[in-house]
Amino acid sequence: MNMVQALNSAMDNMLERDPNVVLMGQDIGYFGGVFRCTQGLQGKYGEHRVLDTPIAEGGMVGTAIGMAVNGLRPVVEIQFADYIYPAIDQIVSQLARLRHRSAGSFWAPVTIRAPCGGGIRGGQTHSQSPESLFTHICGIKVVMPSNPYDAKGLLISAIEDDDPVLFLEPKRLYNGPFDGDPDKPAVGWGEHPHGEVPEDHYGLPLGIAKTVTQGDAVTILTYGTMVHVCVAAARALGVSADIIDVCTMAPLDTDTIAKSVQRTGRCVIAHEATRFSGFGAELAATVQEECFWHLNAPIQRVAGWDTPYPHAFEWSYFPGQNRVIAALKVALES
Amino acid sequence: MGRRSRLHIPQAPARPGDRPDFSYLETSPAGAVARPNIDATCQEIEPISAALIRVLGDDDSAVGPWNPQLGPEDLRTGLRHMLMTRIFDERMLRMQRQGKISFYLKSTGEEAVSVAQAMALRPSDMLFPSYRNQGLFFARGCNPVELMCQCLSNTGDMCKGRQLPVLYHWKEGNIFTIAGNLAIQAPNAVGWAMAAAIKDEDNIAATWLGDGSTAEADFHNALLFASVYQAPVVINVTNNQWAISTFQAFAGGDRGPFSTRGLGLGVPGLRVDGNDFLAVHGVTQWAAERARTGAGPTLVELVTYRASAHSTSDDPSRYRPDSEWDDWPLGDPIERLKKHLLALGEWSERQHHALQSELEENFKTAWQEALGFGTLTQGPQLSPDSMFDDVFKEMPPHLAKQRQLLRKTES
Repeated sequence: MNMVQALNSAMDNMLERDPNVVLMGQDIGYFGGVFRCTQGLQGKYGEHRVLDTPIAEGGMVGTAIGMAVNGLRPVVEIQFADYIYPAIDQIVSQLARLRHRSAGSFWAPVTIRAPCGGGIRGGQTHSQSPESLFTHICGIKVVMPSNPYDAKGLLISAIEDDDPVLFLEPKRLYNGPFDGDPDKPAVGWGEHPHGEVPEDHYGLPLGIAKTVTQGDAVTILTYGTMVHVCVAAARALGVSADIIDVCTMAPLDTDTIAKSVQRTGRCVIAHEATRFSGFGAELAATVQEECFWHLNAPIQRVAGWDTPYPHAFEWSYFPGQNRVIAALKVALES
Repeated sequence: MGRRSRLHIPQAPARPGDRPDFSYLETSPAGAVARPNIDATCQEIEPISAALIRVLGDDDSAVGPWNPQLGPEDLRTGLRHMLMTRIFDERMLRMQRQGKISFYLKSTGEEAVSVAQAMALRPSDMLFPSYRNQGLFFARGCNPVELMCQCLSNTGDMCKGRQLPVLYHWKEGNIFTIAGNLAIQAPNAVGWAMAAAIKDEDNIAATWLGDGSTAEADFHNALLFASVYQAPVVINVTNNQWAISTFQAFAGGDRGPFSTRGLGLGVPGLRVDGNDFLAVHGVTQWAAERARTGAGPTLVELVTYRASAHSTSDDPSRYRPDSEWDDWPLGDPIERLKKHLLALGEWSERQHHALQSELEENFKTAWQEALGFGTLTQGPQLSPDSMFDDVFKEMPPHLAKQRQLLRKTES
């Protein structure tokens, strides 16, 4: 399966198993979603389970919260993460805090799915990676898969989770892994080991990072599309890298990260999002706190530039293999 | 020189030192507004959407089609709960002035809104209040000790010390947790109502927000989703004229009544004298039945006046005449219902005084009981440890670690 099919399969499984699961969002019902993630689900489960909504993200999340308080388990699709901002007040002030401020009386198991990231010629309004805006909010989990197998398992766990989850989908990975080189012919998920996705229901635990490649020279902490860029960069440089796919940014699997960096003594952090106050800053601080006496070199960060995501200069903006390689060299040579 | 645009800057009708001026308030005589069938179309209701529905006439009698025909027992219950609300508010304000609680916010003058509306709804209907709806809790039978403990942030606090005073909730009474953020609960109410319809249940949701809060996007989101899905919900705008110092004209109140905000979306609106217990009850009953029987949402504007300061942090003498409340054309909701009961021969001044003394005595006892659970500074104390609970259902490692650090640094 590709990632779109895997996500569709996850939602299909959950709609079938749990009558309280409902999907809602712009274009998701009759049309099946602009990225086709919900294709066929309204036909199968009906218009009361898969709701086309008005184009008002604050209203989508606001009503989803009320539905969840009344016993449903809504999964909201925000068509692009770039359009989640009208819903921020509902997410910050209600969704993430209901359980805490009502001392457990009220809670809302809402999952918000949002395609994120660049590499699709989307310009500044279809390419953003806003994860760190949400990891800063206490009370919501933030997840980003990097392949179809993880996408399905993590989405099922997100929907089943009794806490709210923001589920960010790196849209450049929907149809195939992407190593950061736009000039190479696109490849599908067919050949990739994680393109093999069971039809049946399975969950993968939230809050657990995954080791993608094992190595001992340097640790690379990354997630989403950059997982594949980092694998390609390490291979190109011929370095033995312990590449960790963070998978869940909040709550963060500090143990897996610390163990790896304590072993390798070197750390490169890579994400597509802008650098300043990006999630990499939290990762770097965590590594510093947990691994300072093991570090042989300054922690390196590879990230999007601190500019809006440009349309014309996408490949100058996107932190491709060259930027990862440059950072790896600094980390390995100092 | 050609004509050019100039901004319209809304003006409050009167400022400190001025004579109060309520000439802007459009009213209708009691009994004058028709009562449409509950399944009438929005177009059929539109002609009355801006009129002011009133039942209690100047002679204290109940007249017209909106009279809910309540028996004397219900009227006395309504009076009791409104009086409870007012006395509770006054007592808690004093407690704030004495430094016993950090903050308070009264609903004086608006008691009929919450009390009559709660009485017109079923106990299983879900309420999504704003922060000036304490009457909902009394009308639904919440023990005042619970509310006091919340204001004290003590060991009996339903919020475990996590919320500002008055931001209550009451799960057993089907009252949602109150936010400080304005209008944010309105789409939640619509979603709750949508879920009831999805599950084929006949409970409805009701929500409250102020005139000032209608400016927020969430009010418009709520109307839109309620309209699109015909959700079984009643959206109430308590127009008490003032949002702190912001006169309701800054939310567009001088461009047309708030009751008409939904008409373009096909959401019918009713505008009701919010200080007329019977009219509020009758209108709410109508809107609730409409929602419950699948005829869709209603927007209700309750015209009232915020007799007190916005909160204990506010000084209204800086922006409005001190005597405005005395001149408010729609009077005092408690006085009006009392006079109606007196006119019916179902109440006496002696009974009224006895009720007042009884309630004051009850609250005195309740306050002592609440103090037994501690205050912010004295008596039993909540453990600061508890702030790490309920952020998530299960505590993740980083919070357990921070809790450890707190314990270490506080010991």
